[in-house]
Amino acid sequence: MESWGNILLGIAASGIRLATPYLYAAMGETLSQRSGVLNLGVEGQMLMGAFAAFYVAYRTGSAGLGLLAAVGVGLLMGLAMAFVSVHLHAEQGISGIGFYLFGLGLSDLLFQKLLGTVDSVQGVPDAHFPLLSDLPVLGELFFRHNWMVYGAYALVPLVWFVLNKTPWGLMIKAAGENPHAADSLGVSIAKVRYATVTLGGVLSALGGASLSIGLLKIFQQNMTSGLGFIAVALVYFGSWRPVGVLLGALLFSLVNALQLWVQVLGLPIPADFAVMAPYVLTIVVLVLVVQRARPPAALTKPFVRE
Amino acid sequence: MPTSWRARLVDLLYPLGAAALAFVLGALVLAALGVSPVEAYAALLRGAFGTRNALAETLVKATPLLLVGLGICVAFRGQVINIGGEGQMIVGALLATALGLAWPDAPGWLLIPLAMAVAMVGGAVWGGIPGVLKAYYNVNEILSTIMMNAIAVQLMNYLLRGPMIDPVQAQRASQIPQTAALNVAYRLPRWVPTRLHLGAALAVLLAFAVYFWLWRTGWGYRIRAVGYNPHASRYAGIPVKRYTVLALVLSGALAGLAGMVQVYGVNYRMITDGSATGFTGGAGFNGIVAALLGQLHPLGTIPAAVLFGALLVGANAMQRAVQVPSALVTALNGLVVVFVVSSEYFRRRAQRRRLLEQTRATPPAPARGPSPR
Repeated sequence: MESWGNILLGIAASGIRLATPYLYAAMGETLSQRSGVLNLGVEGQMLMGAFAAFYVAYRTGSAGLGLLAAVGVGLLMGLAMAFVSVHLHAEQGISGIGFYLFGLGLSDLLFQKLLGTVDSVQGVPDAHFPLLSDLPVLGELFFRHNWMVYGAYALVPLVWFVLNKTPWGLMIKAAGENPHAADSLGVSIAKVRYATVTLGGVLSALGGASLSIGLLKIFQQNMTSGLGFIAVALVYFGSWRPVGVLLGALLFSLVNALQLWVQVLGLPIPADFAVMAPYVLTIVVLVLVVQRARPPAALTKPFVRE
Repeated sequence: MPTSWRARLVDLLYPLGAAALAFVLGALVLAALGVSPVEAYAALLRGAFGTRNALAETLVKATPLLLVGLGICVAFRGQVINIGGEGQMIVGALLATALGLAWPDAPGWLLIPLAMAVAMVGGAVWGGIPGVLKAYYNVNEILSTIMMNAIAVQLMNYLLRGPMIDPVQAQRASQIPQTAALNVAYRLPRWVPTRLHLGAALAVLLAFAVYFWLWRTGWGYRIRAVGYNPHASRYAGIPVKRYTVLALVLSGALAGLAGMVQVYGVNYRMITDGSATGFTGGAGFNGIVAALLGQLHPLGTIPAAVLFGALLVGANAMQRAVQVPSALVTALNGLVVVFVVSSEYFRRRAQRRRLLEQTRATPPAPARGPSPR
C-alpha cells in the first residue's frame, strides 16, 4: 500500500501534466473566440495533429519533425476553418462539427492504412534540470515533465501579453467586440480572424501532438475522446481570459487525474462514473460561469460590411 | 413572394453540388492511398444497392438517421443547434429496453407503443435539459448537448456492464456489454427474409407528420418564427424561451425513438462495444449530416438519410473489396457538412440576385409581414 502522501503527489503531478493538451487547444481557442470566431473543429484538429506527429515521429524517429508535421496539419485545417467562417459566412457551430467528423474519420483512416498496429514512439523527451529535477516532491511535481508541458504553460502568459499589451491584442479584441467600428478604423477583420483561427488550428494540432508523442507516446483511434470539446468549454469557463482558462484547465486535469487514480487504486466507485465526472462538471460550471461573464459581442457572427 | 418551382430546383443544386465535391475530395484521398477511387466507389454502390438484401440493409441504416434528422430539422429551424442526438438515442433506448425487460409478458400491441412513448420521453428529457439551460441560463446548447452525449455514453457503459447486463454474459469471461434479449412478441414486424422492419415505414410517416406540423400548425409556425427572428417573435407575443425548450424536447424525443427502433427493430436487445458510438453507430451525428443535406426539410431528409445509410452499408463492402477502412465514410460525412453549410453562401447570393432581377421586372408588390421561409 502506497502512502497517502505519495498518492497525492502522484495525483498532483499527473494533474499538472494532463493540463497540457487542454492548454494548447484552449489558448488557441481563446484567441479565435476573442476575435469573434467559435472554432468547434478543435477536436478534429487535435486528432489530425496527434496522428501527424505520431506518424512522422514513428517513421523518422525525430520528435521535432513530428511536431513540425503537427504544425503543418494544424495550419491547413485552421486555414480551412478560417476560409469557411470568414469568407463563406458558414454557421460556425455546424462547420466545426464537420471539421470534427473529418478529422475523426481521416486520422482513423490514415492510421489503419499507414500503420495498422498500435506501437509506441520515443516521443518528446522529459526535461532534466540539474539539481531541480532531483529535488524531493518539487522535482516530481514541476521539473520532470516532457518539454511540451512547459511549452503549454509558457503559452498562458504569452497569450495574455499579446491580448492585453500589444496592438495585435487590441485588434483581436476589437474584431470580436465591435467589428464595424474596427473596420471603419482600418483594421482588416478578415486578416485578424484568419490569423487567430489559423493559429488556433496550429495550437490545437500541437495539443493533439502533446497527447500522442508527449504524454502517451502512442496513437489510437479517437484518442482525444472529447478533450477538444472540453477545451472549447474551458474558454467559456475562463470567461475568455487566459488566466481563467488556465485555472479551468488545471481543475479539469486534476479531476481527470483523480479519476485515473480512482481506477488504479480500485476504489469502490464505478469507473464509468469517474469518467463521467468532467462532463458533468463542465455543464455545472457553464451554468455558473455564464451568469457572470459576457462572451465577445460578435462571437459566431460573420462580418459583413454594411 | 412565392418561390417558383424552377427556383426551388436550382436551389437544390447547391447542397447536391456540395456533396459531390466532398466525394471528389474523397476520391483524391483514395488515389493518394493508392486505391482506385472508381473501384472503391463501385464496391460501395454495389454493397449498398446491389441486391435486395443490400437495399434493405441500406434502409435499415437510414431509419435512425431519418428519425434523428427529423429532430434536427425541428431544432435547427428553431435556431437551436442540437448536437446531442447520440445521447438522446442512448437514453431513449435504455429506457425502452428497461421497460421491455422489466415487463416481459405483456402483449406486443401494448408494449411496443409504450416502449416508443417511454423512449421519446427519455430523449425529450435528455434534450430538454440543454433546452432549459439555454433558454433560462444562457448556456450554449452546442457545448451542453455534447457533454450530455458523453454522460449518456458512460451511463450506458455502466448499466450494460452492471445492473442491466445479460445474465448469460455476466457468467462469461468476455462480458460483452449487452442486455438480455427482449420477448419475441416485442419485435417490430419484418419484411422477411431481410432485416427491414416497421420502424422504417414509421420514420417516413413521421417525416410527413413533422412537415405538416412545422408548416401547417401554429406551434410549428411559431418555432420557425422564433428561429427566423427571435426579437420580432418576442414583440409578437411568442414565449420565445418556451419554444426554444420545445424545439430541443421534440428533437430529443425523435432521437430517443431512433434509439428504441434500433433495439426493438434490429438487435432485439441493447448492445454496445465500449466505444462512444458502439450502440448508435454514430447515427446521432450522421442524422445531422442527413438533415443538413436535406436542407432542414423533413421530406428532403428522407432521400438524404437513404444516401447516408447507403454510405454506411456500402463502406463495409468497400472495406472488404479494396481494403479501405470504413472510417473514410466518417471523413466524407464531415466534408459534406462543411461543404453544405458553405454552399449556403452561394445560394443566398444567387437568391439575392434573382430577387433584384424580379423587382426590376415587376412593379413593387404590396407590403406583407415577414414570413419565415
